[in-house]
Amino acid sequence: MARHCAVIGVGQTRHAAKRGDLSMVGLVREAALAALKDAGLDWKDVEALVIGKAPDMFEGVMQPELYLADALGAVGKPMIRVHTAGSVGGSTAIVAAHLVQSGQFSRVLTVAFEKQSESEATWAITPKIPFQPPLVAGAGGYFAPIIRAYIERSKAPADVGLLVAVKDRKNAMRNPFAHLHLPDIDIETVANSPLLWDPLHYLECCPSSDGACAMVLGDEGAAKKAPARVAWVLGTAMRSEPTMFPGRNQINPRAGRECAAAVYRQAGVTDPRKQIDTAEIYVPFSWYEPMWMENLGFADENEGWKMTLDGVTAFEGRMPVNPSGGVLSSNPIGASGMLRFAEAAMQVSGRAGEHQVDGAKVALGHAYGGGSQFFSMWMVGANRP
Amino acid sequence: MREVAVVSFAQAKPVRRDIVHNEVEILMPVVAEAVASSGLARDRIGFTVSGSCDYLAGIPFSFVMALDGVGAWPPIEESHVEMDGAWALAEAFTRLQHGDIDSALVFGFGKSSVGELPEVLTLQLDPYLVAPLWPDSISVAALQARAMIDAGLCSERQMAEVAVRSRRDAKANPFAQLAGDFDAASLLKEPCISSPLRRHDCAPISDGASAIVLAAGDVARALCEKTGRTPAWIRGLDHRVDAQNLGVRDLTTCPSARIAAQKAGVGTAAVDVAEIYAPFTHQEILLRRELGLSASTKINPSGGVLAGNPMMAAGLIRIGEAASWIHRGDARRALAHATSGPCLQQNLVCVLEGE
Amino acid sequence: MRELPAPIKMVTIPTRLDFTITPGEAPARFLKGMMEGRILAERCPACGKVYMPPRGSCATCAVPTREQVELSSKGTVTTFCVVNLPFYGQAVEIPYVCASVVLDGADLPFFCLLAECPVENVRMGMRVEAVWCDPAERKPSLENIKYLRPTGEPDAPYESFKEHL
Repeated sequence: MARHCAVIGVGQTRHAAKRGDLSMVGLVREAALAALKDAGLDWKDVEALVIGKAPDMFEGVMQPELYLADALGAVGKPMIRVHTAGSVGGSTAIVAAHLVQSGQFSRVLTVAFEKQSESEATWAITPKIPFQPPLVAGAGGYFAPIIRAYIERSKAPADVGLLVAVKDRKNAMRNPFAHLHLPDIDIETVANSPLLWDPLHYLECCPSSDGACAMVLGDEGAAKKAPARVAWVLGTAMRSEPTMFPGRNQINPRAGRECAAAVYRQAGVTDPRKQIDTAEIYVPFSWYEPMWMENLGFADENEGWKMTLDGVTAFEGRMPVNPSGGVLSSNPIGASGMLRFAEAAMQVSGRAGEHQVDGAKVALGHAYGGGSQFFSMWMVGANRP
Repeated sequence: MREVAVVSFAQAKPVRRDIVHNEVEILMPVVAEAVASSGLARDRIGFTVSGSCDYLAGIPFSFVMALDGVGAWPPIEESHVEMDGAWALAEAFTRLQHGDIDSALVFGFGKSSVGELPEVLTLQLDPYLVAPLWPDSISVAALQARAMIDAGLCSERQMAEVAVRSRRDAKANPFAQLAGDFDAASLLKEPCISSPLRRHDCAPISDGASAIVLAAGDVARALCEKTGRTPAWIRGLDHRVDAQNLGVRDLTTCPSARIAAQKAGVGTAAVDVAEIYAPFTHQEILLRRELGLSASTKINPSGGVLAGNPMMAAGLIRIGEAASWIHRGDARRALAHATSGPCLQQNLVCVLEGE
Repeated sequence: MRELPAPIKMVTIPTRLDFTITPGEAPARFLKGMMEGRILAERCPACGKVYMPPRGSCATCAVPTREQVELSSKGTVTTFCVVNLPFYGQAVEIPYVCASVVLDGADLPFFCLLAECPVENVRMGMRVEAVWCDPAERKPSLENIKYLRPTGEPDAPYESFKEHL
């Protein structure tokens, strides 16, 4: 009963620590205008909007989509604002896809952004749980202990994290939109950077970025009229599990495994290790690449690190992971999930320029958030399902 | 479009300030009741989506704690909007169109009492040019009231009468926070909070929560058969947004409400009952007109949000209240409306019909 | 013609909102225990698991927890990290160890500060005990436990705490 949905336009900003040249309005419009242009459309062609971003404390504006409504051409249109923590960029794209798949709309504009330079990002992200001291210092403070447990359990060599940090930044050199362009990065530089949250080095962590990502999603009719090749949505899935409960597996969360299984099923993927050409996955801290390789079924438990070590996930590897440079190279939190989804769509529609993976026909976009508890994923392909 | 109905609804009685319970503790029994009363087992629910707001709670990621309280194990398909639960319901309605799942749980919650609500809402405004002046939400609404009075579209007397009627009707609502018999002339003698708005013109501050279970097609029919309710079919659902800046709009109109009502098919048949989200008395007068409601429609029999305004849950409550009239067979066609943003910037309209 | 002044490219708007947070019934029960120097966890009536700190409901069973279970101050470090990052609102001087500890009798870990131990000596499985603040300084807060320190007992074997990872 669900109708087909295609990505007919993609746009993103040049991500940076601080886009001091743009207001929030300018930031979202830079991405939205690029997506509309890519789709060969104008504001008036958009029938509905889905906006996504993370906690509003990042900009100090409550429900900023209301303030941005006219800047995004939303006046007189339906507009929804999604917030599912770090996975929000992905969930936002999925909610937008649903509006097309339901048959309610033919063309939907979806925008995810964060202008986190406008407040103090670590403060904004650290939930100040009353009656408890703020100990967990930002996202890194939450995930570093889990990473330590993974290293212990998998007996992975210590430099796997460093390899991911270097690989993703090298990939970013091929991506003009990426925030971090570190041409001289190597293992030694990463290893010598300060240990922010032991065992994570500074250069193994994502930056804090201002940025936005936008896509125009359309139905079959809109896809036919699109000026460039489109990416077809093959499947979408979202799964959540509680933050804390006895026996919770934080390293390999069940919600992630089930989300992946659901999206593979919809996309007709029976063997992800062979049938997926490239993956854009949410790796904000280096070690999450091997961990997600396991969670997503690309590797058996405790073996994910081998994929990194063996170069399987490298740009020239069998299944390049994060050819765009990933979250490690650009992290406007609200947008990061959508960037993964958008980059996956770019790969299968030949839009990825210098970081294009040759012959990519089927790609996975992945995002996660909260205490590794919110997962959103989509599969996109060059051919209509 | 696949047929979707509201099959159950539950709400917490809104209170001015709950100093005993946190948001999750207020929410949990409401969700439990909505699920139990739907006749559907919790693990059969296909999709869960909620509405709440971080700035209202004063904590980033405030919706996460709710997940811990509603049973997300084994993992569930779940989403969240930083909006009133009414928009979460819109998302659920869309999701149910795909045909692979047949039911959804929708909830909204919030404790407006924890911050200074009128100041918190100031942060919705243009951060460069407007918010730094700190116009609180009541003053912003007052600008609209003034515009309406100056245009001859309402009078302070008529506004007071909306308040009187709402709070009188609220006496029959066990979930009303503010109910009672008031007299318009006496109310008009009270001082203004922000001219021309007086205390009675404004919705109270409330802590609360609400939940609705939606089901599709025959599943909805079967569930309602068991629970003895007439299914409240969503025959029209639309929402639109206007520009925010007060200077670019005619505040005596509400185009987004008008368009949403048209698209939802309000005018195609008589509406027996309408639950409208009007946090200020003049806004009910404005919305009556923009939603195209006739004099024969009963407006806000629950007392509306003037009787209790648990933000993030109140819009969903309008849908639930309207649906309840259909469930009981006391109305054939009902309308529910929700709003968000300064001066009715964003509006959602839902038309419900019994079989 | 006078020259225009430089355009304004940045505005700093000090913003302050005060929020009065209610801990909630279950957290309040726990915090009362904290005032008395006691660790009062809660057990789920359906699955029997013990939550510390309790949040009033079992996340997997979605039912309220009521039965209080007093725990000792001893526990095991399941995992940890060393925080070296300065940030606004930081409570403790860096570097500090933020650890995930399962108290004896509890079924899931909680985050806490480790101290009285050189940072490089902290390890997964380390046995620790709570150090309380002076009773006169007690507040309704988890901060009454200033930190946890090593007990000197032999480390707990990995098998005994791996389910918490």
